[in-house]
Amino acid sequence: MAHFLTIHQLLEQLRAGELSSREATQACLDRVEKVDDRLNAFISVDAADALAQADAADQSRAAGEDLPMLGVPVAVKDVLAVKDQPLNCASKILGEFNSPYDATVIQKLRAAGAVVFGRLNMDEFAMGSSNENSAFGPARNPWNTDCIPGGSSGGSAVAVAADECIASLGSDTGGSIRQPAALCGCVGLKPTYGRVSRYGLVAFASSLDQVGPFTKDVRDAATLLQVIAGSDDRDSTNVPEPVPDYSAALSGEVKGLRIGLPREYQVQGMDPEVKAATDAAVKQLESLGAEVKEISLPHTEYAIATYYIIATAEASANLARFEGVRYGARLDGADPEEMNRKTRGAGFGEEVKRRIILGTYVLSSGYYDAYYLRAQKVRTLIRQDFLKAFEEVDLIASPTTPTPAFKIGEKVGDPLQMYLSDIYTISCNLAGLCGISVPCGFSEAGLPIGLQLLGKPFGEPDLLRAAHAYEQATDWHTHRPNLD
Amino acid sequence: MEYEAVIGLETHVQLKTCTKMWCGCANEYGADANTNVCPVCLGLPGVLPVPNAEALRLTALTGFLLNCDVPGYAKWDRKNYFYPDNPKNYQLTQLDFPSTITGFVEFELGEELESVRINRAHLEEDVGKSFHFADYSGVDFNRAGVPLLEIVTEPDITSGDMAYEYLNALKSILEYGGVSDCDMEKGQVRCDVNISVRPKGQQELGEKIEIKNMNSFSGVRRAAEYEIARQIEVLEEGGQLVQETRRWDDDAGITDSMRTKEDAHDYRYFPDPDLMPHRPSEEWLATIREEVVELPLARKRRLMEQYELPTGDADVFVGDAALGNYFEEAAKGLNNPKQAANWVINNLQAKLVETETSVVNLKFPAVAIGELIGLVEGGQISSKIAQEVFAEMFASGKSPATIVEEKGLSQVSDSGELEAFCREAIEANPGPADDFRSGKEAALNFLKGQVMKASRGKANPQMVGELLAKILNG
Ligand SMILES: [Zn+2]
Repeated sequence: MAHFLTIHQLLEQLRAGELSSREATQACLDRVEKVDDRLNAFISVDAADALAQADAADQSRAAGEDLPMLGVPVAVKDVLAVKDQPLNCASKILGEFNSPYDATVIQKLRAAGAVVFGRLNMDEFAMGSSNENSAFGPARNPWNTDCIPGGSSGGSAVAVAADECIASLGSDTGGSIRQPAALCGCVGLKPTYGRVSRYGLVAFASSLDQVGPFTKDVRDAATLLQVIAGSDDRDSTNVPEPVPDYSAALSGEVKGLRIGLPREYQVQGMDPEVKAATDAAVKQLESLGAEVKEISLPHTEYAIATYYIIATAEASANLARFEGVRYGARLDGADPEEMNRKTRGAGFGEEVKRRIILGTYVLSSGYYDAYYLRAQKVRTLIRQDFLKAFEEVDLIASPTTPTPAFKIGEKVGDPLQMYLSDIYTISCNLAGLCGISVPCGFSEAGLPIGLQLLGKPFGEPDLLRAAHAYEQATDWHTHRPNLD
Repeated sequence: MEYEAVIGLETHVQLKTCTKMWCGCANEYGADANTNVCPVCLGLPGVLPVPNAEALRLTALTGFLLNCDVPGYAKWDRKNYFYPDNPKNYQLTQLDFPSTITGFVEFELGEELESVRINRAHLEEDVGKSFHFADYSGVDFNRAGVPLLEIVTEPDITSGDMAYEYLNALKSILEYGGVSDCDMEKGQVRCDVNISVRPKGQQELGEKIEIKNMNSFSGVRRAAEYEIARQIEVLEEGGQLVQETRRWDDDAGITDSMRTKEDAHDYRYFPDPDLMPHRPSEEWLATIREEVVELPLARKRRLMEQYELPTGDADVFVGDAALGNYFEEAAKGLNNPKQAANWVINNLQAKLVETETSVVNLKFPAVAIGELIGLVEGGQISSKIAQEVFAEMFASGKSPATIVEEKGLSQVSDSGELEAFCREAIEANPGPADDFRSGKEAALNFLKGQVMKASRGKANPQMVGELLAKILNG
């Protein structure tokens, strides 16, 4: 039953000698074996490697060593480089590629003693909101396997929600951590841009991507963030801001904390159940002593358009390296151009191609000023909206998603509808803020609903404090899908 | 009609750094293929670039050497194009905010002093190198990510000769400054030539033709000459020139068309989100300014003015900076520095070549040259003896005065002693003595030679001449 544990519960048992890392890791592997046929959260699992790490952790512990996550099994999204493990980004184009190096966050996990295992399913190259854009088939929502788990870090959310691991790592470019966390009923945190190293995170949109934790509660999110945060001289966009003690922020105290509700987020299309659940959550925080007030983010309506210009522009260049010359799948051609065309034509999925074409277009000569340059200006305005709002409030609350999880296939033919499912999460990335999604209820149909809290840059302590206080006052995070 | 050519050059120069631009791989020529590579310079998934501080420093230094401004803000852009030697399929470069802008290079063209304005020198990364085999191709990525400086001129160049001299001047500036080895054989310098012609006096520029990837300066000169003639011929025959890129065929000595404007790339430049803009601080720039060395042309002019040296001597000291520095040491406080230049060029340089040593390994200090000159000028030794003293200085490092003293080489200026030598010579050589008396002045030189021989070179030659004449005429 060790797979049901949180990080702090497992560490307690490991430290007490009641459980070994091998047992915990084996429990996770057994759980994957048992439920993942239905969920498809994992693209692959190297059980032997995981158990070898677990044994090493047990030996270290036996030798008297203790580390922040010694022996805790953590699964990772297929977008993070792990030495000698496959790296596919849920795409066909990388073929049989194995990474020859560890991402910085993986090195940090290893240094903290974690057992790093599994390649978690995702939307191809992190492009999508439903995990349907995976060359390895969709991951499924553990609360209803006909539904999407959200994306792009769908597998990361599913694996945690279904107790296939103790915690996981995902990446968030426009909501790719918070949105699936909300739809699967776990905690997902997107750190401030620059807080966590991106070295070894395969880039979708470099100015928006951040790596972050999926966990079963807020305390675990603080623990895992503590391990992966911090400066890295291999990432020039990393901010050399000191890393605070995140666990110290978990005081349970929110008295006087000011929470803003953006007027512009009261949009049509918000599901009434979602609205009811998040309204109740805000009330709960208010009753715990937080001050709630309405705020304005006037440029909200431009966020999605801005995002899809900037993200696709960056992606069009970031994904240019996948052409089969140096690694990955290759289809031969008479000349390099034909080889490119064939390889990329066969290797990339529809959504990835759509975004590469869009990004190429907005950067093209004659269109750059009208699209890319203008989007950069609007991005600045959006950021200013938030910084201004944060003069009045400490946090901003909203639903994480406008609706609970929808059915697999429901929005596949309508990419614009799909893009709108990121409406509450996208601005956070454009403005370089931090954000968290915590479970705050269920729909009639039994699907999880998430509360999103956004914090100012490097405001993770406030974020964790409020999320933790809310979690202490409710039991939504303790609910588990029935997979037996 | 008379035509004039308008030429601009874009010169790519590899910077002399230990490591590549974005990673720790060695910046080294000639290693086995794909041995100086890592995930970063191979463009593996997930990697990020980190700027090489040394490359940024050398770029700012180049800016100062080329009389450029180094703005307080520079940024990186992605230039997108697919090619197998381009690992990321975009090249990191600086589009609109380069590290250095608006300078100039001065150089001599024949007797004239010319100046070409520099638009910018921006930093970018080199790409790999393709190799084509019988039925497949390969790429060596050792060169990928090597820091490359692109130095762009304004269209100030008007002839192949001027382009050639500009390039030579640029090369010597960069070598002097320690920025690049500029080794053409190793492909460390490559050049794109933009060239157009227009009727003399016309303001509007003609259609621009670009000749890509030239790797020799003489090639640039020949290609420019060829292109100017070709373009004029087209216009004279009533033809139209179109904007295009052409290739120089060095063997055939002609250019031919590669692509026209219609197939020009759209590089879709945009700011690189993986790199922060570079904001050089005043303190940092101040430390780099201290490293700015005197440029070759400025040095030449100063040497000619300060030491009144002829062009030839100045050229020697510019061509061999170490020898030049040594000369300046030696010339300190001398009232006739040309003497020092003669010693350094005629004697020292020859000795160095002969013994295959360098000026830094000399056993005697530069001031010793001055002392030696002083001994000659003061009449203590003859210039012939000075040669002997110099050889000994070179061998042992002893001071000239010590050598003269130890070897008893001091010049004989005692008139009594000299008169004895002279009378002996006259007695032993009555023939020449009579010749002189009968008016053959040249006969005196023979007698003088006899005296010098007898004194083993120590006699003061001027006094000997005067004494002989006096005795014979007496
Ligand atoms: Zn490298």
